[in-house]
Amino acid sequence: MEKFGLNLKATELRLGLPGSESPERQSSDENSNKNKKGNTVVLSLKGLAGPGAKRGYSDAIDSKWVFSGNTSDGSINNNGGKCVSGSDSGLCCPVVKESGSAQSPKPVVVVQEKKSHTHNHGSAPSKAQIVGWPPIRSFRKNTMSSHSAKNDDDSEAKLGMECLYVKVSMDGAPYLRKVDLKTYGSYMELSSALEKMFSCFTIGQCGSHNVLSRDGLSESRLMDLLHGSEYVLTYEDKDGDWMLVGDVPWEMFTNSCKRLRIMKSSEAIGLAPRAMEKCRSRN
Amino acid sequence: MLKRMSYSSFPEDVLEHVFSFVQSDKDRNAISLVCKSWFEIERWCRRRIFVGNCYAVSPRMVIRRFPDVRSVELKGKPHFADFNLVPEGWGGHVYPWIYAMATGYPCLEEIRLKRMVVTDETLELIAKSFKNFKVLVLSSCEGFSTHGLAAIAANCRNLRELDLRESEVEDLSGNWLSHFPDTCTSLVALNIACVGSEVSFSALERLVGRSPCLRTLRLNRAVPLDKLANLLRRAPQLTELGTGAYSSDLRPEALSNLAGAFSGCKELKGMSGFWDVVPAYLPAIYPVCSGLTSLNLSYASIQSPDLIKLVSQCQNLQRLWVLDYIEDSGLEALAASCKDLQELRVFPSEPFGVEPNVSLTEQGLVCVSEGCPKLESVLYFCRRFSNDALVTIARNRPNMTRFRLCIIEPRTPDYLTHQPLDTGFGAIVENCKYLRRLSLSGLLTDLVFEYIGTYAKKLEMLSVAFAGESDLGLHHVLSGCEGLRKLEIRDCPFGDKALLANAAKLETMRSLWMSSCLVSLEACKLLGQKMPRLNVEVIDERGPLDSRPKSFPVEKLYIYRSVAGPRFDMPGFVWNMDEDSALRLS
Repeated sequence: MEKFGLNLKATELRLGLPGSESPERQSSDENSNKNKKGNTVVLSLKGLAGPGAKRGYSDAIDSKWVFSGNTSDGSINNNGGKCVSGSDSGLCCPVVKESGSAQSPKPVVVVQEKKSHTHNHGSAPSKAQIVGWPPIRSFRKNTMSSHSAKNDDDSEAKLGMECLYVKVSMDGAPYLRKVDLKTYGSYMELSSALEKMFSCFTIGQCGSHNVLSRDGLSESRLMDLLHGSEYVLTYEDKDGDWMLVGDVPWEMFTNSCKRLRIMKSSEAIGLAPRAMEKCRSRN
Repeated sequence: MLKRMSYSSFPEDVLEHVFSFVQSDKDRNAISLVCKSWFEIERWCRRRIFVGNCYAVSPRMVIRRFPDVRSVELKGKPHFADFNLVPEGWGGHVYPWIYAMATGYPCLEEIRLKRMVVTDETLELIAKSFKNFKVLVLSSCEGFSTHGLAAIAANCRNLRELDLRESEVEDLSGNWLSHFPDTCTSLVALNIACVGSEVSFSALERLVGRSPCLRTLRLNRAVPLDKLANLLRRAPQLTELGTGAYSSDLRPEALSNLAGAFSGCKELKGMSGFWDVVPAYLPAIYPVCSGLTSLNLSYASIQSPDLIKLVSQCQNLQRLWVLDYIEDSGLEALAASCKDLQELRVFPSEPFGVEPNVSLTEQGLVCVSEGCPKLESVLYFCRRFSNDALVTIARNRPNMTRFRLCIIEPRTPDYLTHQPLDTGFGAIVENCKYLRRLSLSGLLTDLVFEYIGTYAKKLEMLSVAFAGESDLGLHHVLSGCEGLRKLEIRDCPFGDKALLANAAKLETMRSLWMSSCLVSLEACKLLGQKMPRLNVEVIDERGPLDSRPKSFPVEKLYIYRSVAGPRFDMPGFVWNMDEDSALRLS
């Protein structure tokens, strides 16, 4: 399992509420299937490993994570009803890590509650978004969303265009994809969406005939993916620096992420320390 | 006795001269069908080519038939790509065309592209291949950066037009504008509105200052308002202006300075931009309002009262794009003041909010349809509509040619009667006999399609979403709409039967898009095999097609006629359904 976050104990950043217990961290075990306790966000691109790989991580999520039930308007779904884009749109709830203690679920990460606050300001949550509907061009959406962010003389927060498209590239893939960060409420959602999106490069492209697949990934490559945790998810922030995904609270991430890159782990060495320093200097 | 002139002795150059007065593609095509010698003469003197689907024909074929073309226009991705329904990597790469034309059309002067992938490499190739290059229009394109623009600026000595409308440009440096040499004085149009980063302002000022023919200037948001006055003073001959950010600290002398600069632009006909508007600065454009024919305020968060003040002064307005902040009251004022209005587009300020945030209803559009006798093109986003309103609009405006209504919530019924909006849209197609483009929304049954098939004989493009009940709906359209060229459908219960029964129709159309419908893989394969002159492409990101039963509906389907055969640049999630591919799949 690939770990995207840093050992957050080393920094002050957590995804839990201040004061919540942060249990002992387990040593990083790259091939371990064990679910990690604690407040680190573990983003797994395990699905990239091929069709046989179980989504063990997702199973773990269901049992371990707790959905927050407490928002300003009392609705259970406190990410405003946003969900992963796609035709099977349904309501998704953001997932929160609890430390396994018996504490009752608090409102999700403060950050996320603020987000729903901004969206709803007391009224009903906005609906789950359907891809490409209403039919408004991305250019207009992106322009208006950055516009509404600047509009500070309004007492109500303007909803504006709620989307934020960023490009996602994957090393070795022949073309890149685009995702709307606003349709996800958490790193988990983003991770599983990316898994789906990029799995077409690995799943089934290498048939049993040991030929080069349409996308140029050979069978030996697939074996690499199966056995290793070859990729990490990184992003380029507003300052142009490349950071590991998962370091910062989700909303901070969506506000600063300009593009995503699924990078070979070997290239990602050296990203971690910079990320730490950056966060420190911000705080 | 009059001697009859025989065609064979009619000098070719006279014919060619006559043909030069015929510009429209349709007429040119007709000319080429008269006889072999006319075909030959015509093809040598055709200077302008429009290819509505870049995959319908190969560059080689075009160059072979028309050896001396000076202007090329190409379109790539399907229209629904605008709404992110076409995955990245789908295609629409223009490089193969530019590569072929670099040798085939050394005298090429104009390239216009829409929804295509343009790389820096492509731009560099353009910059060095065409010595007399004049016009580059990139509409909704992507894949290039400011480096590519620098190459164009530096090398195209006779550049007249650089128009990047709504393209996605990767910002690597704001300096690209400085690459226009001092000797470049030929610019007529510059549209950099979509460029995110700051451009070197002094380079911009100098460029504008040395371009006496500049008529269109569309700035990007990064150009602050306090710089606008200076730019305007250097280009009082402008006819089209797109402002940058329209906000500034409120200094009274700045306002009068700006107003003064605007007064100097006596030929200004169209305005756009207006990002981040501070209403107090709007009066600066009052001096030019009476001359304006086109106004794009669709990025301006101005409230209705300010909008009313503005449009009431624009009596000659023919085109207005605006946000729904204008509200019904603003549209009423528009209907009263702007009797020449031909085109109205009202965009939603908060399309994802559940509750309406503004008082914009069907009444606003009804009002405009009553008050503006020349209104023929409408794009209207709102949250409720009624059959009555549609019928009224249809009766008021039989001259309507483009009607696109988007009721934001899918499947919304008539808010008064709770009935489907079949009758309303039926009235539109029945009354508006010249309707060329129609987009439907709201709750709709198969009945609306029966109306469309029966009445919409001039319809060329139809967009359908979340509508219909059965294959019959699709069948009505495909069998009834004689002039149909483009059909795009999403989330409708249309399946195999109508598609297969109307297979031949598809060859008379440019393209058909169907996503989240009920067309099975099997039907796609059948269609692909039976119709060799169609490219039947299945887009499916869920994995290899044979991992699902053949009766399973495909995610997305894009069918287009082509004389070039299957394309070579399909990514992993696009499959062509022709004979060979079918074998590979099973």
